[in-house]
Amino acid sequence: MTLWWAIAAVCLGCYALKLAGLAAPRQVLDHPAVRRFAELVPVALLSALIAVQTFTADGALAFDLARTAGLVAAVVALVLRAPFLVVLIAAAATTGVVRLFLG
Amino acid sequence: MERTTYRSAAIRDGLGVGLAVGLSGVAFGAAAITAGLSVPQACVLSLLAFTGASQFALTGAVGAGGDLVAAASGALLLGGRNTLYGLRLADLLGVRGPRRLVVAHGVIDETTAVALAQPSPESSRTGFVTTFATLYVTWNITTLAGALGTSALGDPGMLGLDVVGPATFLAILWPRLAGSGELRLLAAAGAGIALLATPFLPPGVPVLLSAFAVLVVMAR
Repeated sequence: MTLWWAIAAVCLGCYALKLAGLAAPRQVLDHPAVRRFAELVPVALLSALIAVQTFTADGALAFDLARTAGLVAAVVALVLRAPFLVVLIAAAATTGVVRLFLG
Repeated sequence: MERTTYRSAAIRDGLGVGLAVGLSGVAFGAAAITAGLSVPQACVLSLLAFTGASQFALTGAVGAGGDLVAAASGALLLGGRNTLYGLRLADLLGVRGPRRLVVAHGVIDETTAVALAQPSPESSRTGFVTTFATLYVTWNITTLAGALGTSALGDPGMLGLDVVGPATFLAILWPRLAGSGELRLLAAAGAGIALLATPFLPPGVPVLLSAFAVLVVMAR
């Protein structure tokens, strides 16, 4: 039940955030600091998510060879300019195969 | 003539992006079930939150056994960029009244990217609507498929589905990192802060803490 509350909060909050931008007074965006913050925040948060989801487990730093190999495969696919879906499939397939053979 | 060309180009862009990204809803459905959400919970998030990074962030933190308040805060902080997209799109789309309530739900990374890439306001609107409609339908169908499929599979770790979340974020970030040394520095700092904080703070909080890296970069 508690998880449902978190989901409800995220659904309502995300919608409110989207609407706030469309409905806000225009001059807010003209502030250079706001523009800059908008550009930078997702980069920091998404990088943090990549690091945490790849290199931690149960609240501690953890090296998982299969997951790391999958992320490396994603990097290779991105360097080769592969389409979005190909990047995801390459990552999942690599992690799956490495885990199958190395446990 | 030119106007028609612009519009059909916008429709093509919208369909392409909407289908490609929409299909990765399979990854979200899988990630949600892996994290311990139920199939209805995964579907409600895709229907009502409808912003991929926030959805992945919530399920990722829940999967890590995180505090739910921190998990939801992280998801909302990521959702904050849609506010900034909305500010940018308000002029371009020129929507007023009740229609704004519907359009608002579609203000996300992909619709903004397609709308801003078009050469005229009219084709921007076409691009936005096409991307929104295609992505919304695809994302929700594939979320359901991914969630049901993963529930049936048992151990999603065997298929390597646990790497799909991080790989998705990396693919979203990649074009921006490739173009800017400053953003690469920021990304490294954000990742470093989160990893260093992980042993000491409840799950979800280290990701929020990484936002401090932004202040450091902005203060330079």
